Amino acid sequence: MLRLPWFDYRAPRTVAEAAKILAGEGPQAMLIAGGTDLLPNMKRRHQTPKVLVSLRGISSLKGISNGSAVNFGSGLSLTEIVQHGKTPVALRQAAAQVATPHLRNVGTLGGNLCLDTRCTYYNQNYEWRQAIDFCLKKDGDTCWVATASKRCVAVSSTDTAPALIALGASVVLVSSSGSREVKLEDLYRNDGIEYLSRKPDEVLTEVKIPSGWKSTYWKLRRRGSFDFPILGVAVALKMQGDVIEGARVALGAAASRPFLVDKAGEYLKGKKLTDDVIAEACAMIASRAKPMDNTDMDLYWRKEVADDFAGYALRELRGDDMRETRLRIARYAV
Amino acid sequence: MNKKHLEVVGKPRRRVDARAKVTGALRFADDLSLPRMLHCKLLRSPHPHAMVVSIDTAKAERHPGVHLVLTKKDFPVPFGIMPVAVDEFPLTDHARHVGDPVAAVVAMDEQTADFALGLLEVKYEKLKTISDPEEALNSPEPRIHEYGEQGNIHRNQSYEFGDVDEALAKSDHVFEDLFFYQGNTHLPMEQQATLANLEGDGKLLVTSSTQNPHYLHRQLARVLQIPEARIRVIATPNGGGFGGKCDPANHEMVVAKAALVLGRPVKIGLTREEVFYQHRGRHPVLMKMRTGVTKDGKLPAMHLQTLLDGGGYGSHGPASTFYTGVLTPVTYELPRFKFEACRTFTNKPACGPKRGHGTPQPRFGQEVQLDKIAEKLRMDPAELRLGMVTKANSLTANWLNVGSTALVQCINEVVARSDWKNKFGKMKEGRGVGLACSTYMCGAGLPIYWNKLPHSGVQLLLDRSGQVTVYCGATEIGQGSDDVLATIVAEVLGIDTGLVRCVTGDTGITPVDLGSYSSRVTIMMGNAAVQAAERVRAQLADAVAEKLEVLPDHLIFSGGKVFHPANADGISFREAVEMAEGKFGTIGAVGSYSPPRPPGRYKGSGVGPSPAYSFSACVVEVEVDPNTGWIEVPKIWIAHDIGRTLNPVLARGQVIGGVYMGLSEALMEEQAFRRLPEKLSSALVHKMPSMLEYKSLTALDMPDVDVALIEDPDPNCPFGAKEVGQGPLLPVMPALANAIFDAVGVRVDEIPVTPDKVLRALELKSKGLTPRVGPDHFPSVPYPEPVYVITPEEGGDGKESKKEERKRASAAVV
Ligand SMILES: Cc1cc2nc3c(=O)[nH]c(=O)nc-3n(C[C@H](O)[C@H](O)[C@H](O)COP(=O)(O)OP(=O)(O)OC[C@H]3O[C@@H](n4cnc5c(N)ncnc54)[C@H](O)[C@@H]3O)c2cc1C
Ligand code: SF4
Repeated sequence: MLRLPWFDYRAPRTVAEAAKILAGEGPQAMLIAGGTDLLPNMKRRHQTPKVLVSLRGISSLKGISNGSAVNFGSGLSLTEIVQHGKTPVALRQAAAQVATPHLRNVGTLGGNLCLDTRCTYYNQNYEWRQAIDFCLKKDGDTCWVATASKRCVAVSSTDTAPALIALGASVVLVSSSGSREVKLEDLYRNDGIEYLSRKPDEVLTEVKIPSGWKSTYWKLRRRGSFDFPILGVAVALKMQGDVIEGARVALGAAASRPFLVDKAGEYLKGKKLTDDVIAEACAMIASRAKPMDNTDMDLYWRKEVADDFAGYALRELRGDDMRETRLRIARYAV
Repeated sequence: MNKKHLEVVGKPRRRVDARAKVTGALRFADDLSLPRMLHCKLLRSPHPHAMVVSIDTAKAERHPGVHLVLTKKDFPVPFGIMPVAVDEFPLTDHARHVGDPVAAVVAMDEQTADFALGLLEVKYEKLKTISDPEEALNSPEPRIHEYGEQGNIHRNQSYEFGDVDEALAKSDHVFEDLFFYQGNTHLPMEQQATLANLEGDGKLLVTSSTQNPHYLHRQLARVLQIPEARIRVIATPNGGGFGGKCDPANHEMVVAKAALVLGRPVKIGLTREEVFYQHRGRHPVLMKMRTGVTKDGKLPAMHLQTLLDGGGYGSHGPASTFYTGVLTPVTYELPRFKFEACRTFTNKPACGPKRGHGTPQPRFGQEVQLDKIAEKLRMDPAELRLGMVTKANSLTANWLNVGSTALVQCINEVVARSDWKNKFGKMKEGRGVGLACSTYMCGAGLPIYWNKLPHSGVQLLLDRSGQVTVYCGATEIGQGSDDVLATIVAEVLGIDTGLVRCVTGDTGITPVDLGSYSSRVTIMMGNAAVQAAERVRAQLADAVAEKLEVLPDHLIFSGGKVFHPANADGISFREAVEMAEGKFGTIGAVGSYSPPRPPGRYKGSGVGPSPAYSFSACVVEVEVDPNTGWIEVPKIWIAHDIGRTLNPVLARGQVIGGVYMGLSEALMEEQAFRRLPEKLSSALVHKMPSMLEYKSLTALDMPDVDVALIEDPDPNCPFGAKEVGQGPLLPVMPALANAIFDAVGVRVDEIPVTPDKVLRALELKSKGLTPRVGPDHFPSVPYPEPVYVITPEEGGDGKESKKEERKRASAAVV
């Protein structure tokens, strides 16, 4: 089997202790939550941290509180998120479609938000990458997806991030020198290598989600059973009767970060979800989905179907019965 | 002395090895561990095509915990599953694909071995890379192998059965189509593992997840240059094989050698990526079919050309090449047939046998082409097929004996069950059904290496305890061969399978069986088992008859008893064995089986013949989203001519498993490769050697499968039972492609059929262009002059014939 590299393992009991270890060890230390992303990556030598700082023993990261916003601790498992009664629809749908039941039982919300970016030239073991002489993201000099590019264009593949961005969530980052709260969209950078604005010594402790939004998440992938997204469309609407008061549209797996499609959000404000409005909004959304050829499925097809997926999301929020389509694509009730 | 009813055969039963499987008690090769065991890892070439100039092993050898480093120089003798393709060294100095092993490290644990691989300093000299058959045809140099037909052509052949050009010229229509079938791999759950050690008597024991311990045994003796009698191979139950564990493999040779050198147990377990490199899977095949059609829907002739991408080694390739054509005339009457096939070497992992071995590709083409023919003739595709199904016991143009066939019943069954008549061409836009049929061999008529010995041997040992031990070299690869063995013995002896212990797949103690490939086990092992069991039954009957003072022939073996019809009390089976042991001494018997001599006499006629053929018919229903091309398969109906069902639970499992694999190939599986921009890199890598990214269907993606087992016992088969392991896969891919056409009116003449291809074809359709996606040209292949054979119908004798005879024969017909 593929073997892990050697590492030291630390198991702090508090966030403060974890932050202190990170500060002390510097960038050669990494946090590990469920390990469902990090450990396979370590086996393929994408990351070879000298020290792993486990978050599993920190009970405060498993908290849930709710007031005008729902606050989820970053250490909650995705299964816990899916099963919690206060989880907003888009987040539940996104979390329910991450990986497989086993992985959702282990994988956490925080880990999902900090998930490494993905690329078909990168998510391979060391020997495979050696055979292509590596790439910019790790150990090499060329980006094989865009050979002229100076930047890695690996794809943000987290499912919960676009859902949470649409919902207007923010996250709390704690380091030994204090804590800060940032809008979730600002946690990400459009860079396949430095994809987070989180500093290496920061622990993501909490996700705060404002309430009062109607939301949905549609995930495009080949198989409903266990594929990463090749497009994620999240939409959250604040409704006044059948008129849209506020709208936030976010895309995942369409760039190195999940991002808001502001233009579509602006456009939808004050409108009713008629067929024409939906078509117009879909065109705006699809025009922002500029995938690169570094995931599963044919690039041409991924571009062609972006507007269909945006349409599914908006029609579902309008109240159309999308259950059959949903089942055909997701393969199970989400 | 025969019972009125079968008592074990045909009854749904828990398989004999079920308990161990579900409780985890079963030990796969990777579960094995021995005291003082060492671990081995292979260093694999990062280059697709390169010579190893030198390997400096000093650093690795000095590393603490490393016991041995092996390289090409430790293996002067090559191996290969087929005598005509002995072209592999356990460790090579000429790397033919990324992942080709060049060195091995044996160390105290896997971690250390893995680390020490990094200490090996290998100097390579890169060679030009050949990535596909067209490139192989255009680049005779550099040669990937020194042997072969010419340049990078490994096999090249041509056969003509009757004058095909003449028949095509006389046909009302000639359909010419190009098809492409992408390569794919077996993807068994179990990754290969092997443990080698010296037994107490000094003999070498190799325990491995192999489908073919017998062939591995022979190849080990060859490579290690020690007598076969000093080597024992045990095949552990395989966690899936599908053909991927048929070839003797590098890692097996390497640990065997290491155990010999070190005198300690040495184990290796492949990673999933390495399994993709070991491969031996489905060949990518480009096909051209020119088929003559009469206006009433008969096929006077077909000219089939195939071009195979063989990858870096021969493997079973010579047989695979034949299989891309030889079974084509078995399903439908085809009085004349010309078949040209060419296999090229390329710098990719070697292709070989995967479930259906070489036949799914032309089957796909043939069945899709028939759909096009039916459309043109405005005939129902089921009716078209029913009108030309081959007759039982007829000979095909290429001299195969069709034997028993229930293909007509199969077609009728799926047509009725799927409500075909009300669905085909009648469903709303976006929904459709497609039909296809197929055939498969029940074991190859000839062994892989030339010999006249039995293909399967079975030995029975009984004692006064009443237990029956049955020994056979066949390998349980999950298909249920142990259960087949127990079923047959139990049926003949009139006992429960619970009394039978199976000892299988061990060349040290079991009689030779050629292996679990070619759907041969049920028929060949089964026939040998029937013979052995009948022999001991005769001994038991003699002893009991003497006691009961009746004629042995009048005794009945049933329900665990032996009795005379006049007195059903009889005596117990245990007592019967005791009596026999008293009368004859220790009770045992052997049985063996060799297939009948095939009718064809021309060179090459050895590939294709079989004691019997199974037949299948399949209807697939699809739903296609015209906006996205998204394909949904709500249901599949399949009818399989199984001859006789031995255990319906297992038989249905095999059918559904075959449908699963077929659908997965049809919709997504691709052993695809990636070339980087050539100015910057010479890389040629497998696109996605991982379980996650090599896409295959999961349980969640499986539609409902309606299975009909058609029973028409075949006289050549044990209790009439034909194969069920491979046949049911074959019709699924073309049935799916045909259903797509019925649903949205577009043709995807290429496997896999993916949403993007459907969408592209729909776009062509909306622009008024030919709504087809598929290959657009067939390169010019230097096929040789055909071997000409006069067909049985035209009075041939099965031998190759000279030009003059050929003229006479066709003149006689005209
Ligand atoms: C087969 C397979 C399929 C998958 N499919 C999907 C999918 O469809 N969609 C999807 O989104 N993901 C998928 N994943 C990825 C992964 O399982 C999930 O994203 C999971 O939620 C990750 O959480 P984790 O706790 O296991 O993260 P870990 O592996 O523990 O950590 C992931 C990263 O986040 C960092 N990190 C973790 N917690 C924190 C924290 N609190 N603060 C700061 N940094 C932190 C780690 O240092 C690491 O870099 C898949 C994984 C596998 C193996
Ligand atoms: S996008 Fe380019 S640099 Fe980034 S991982 Fe892929 S190939 Fe490497």
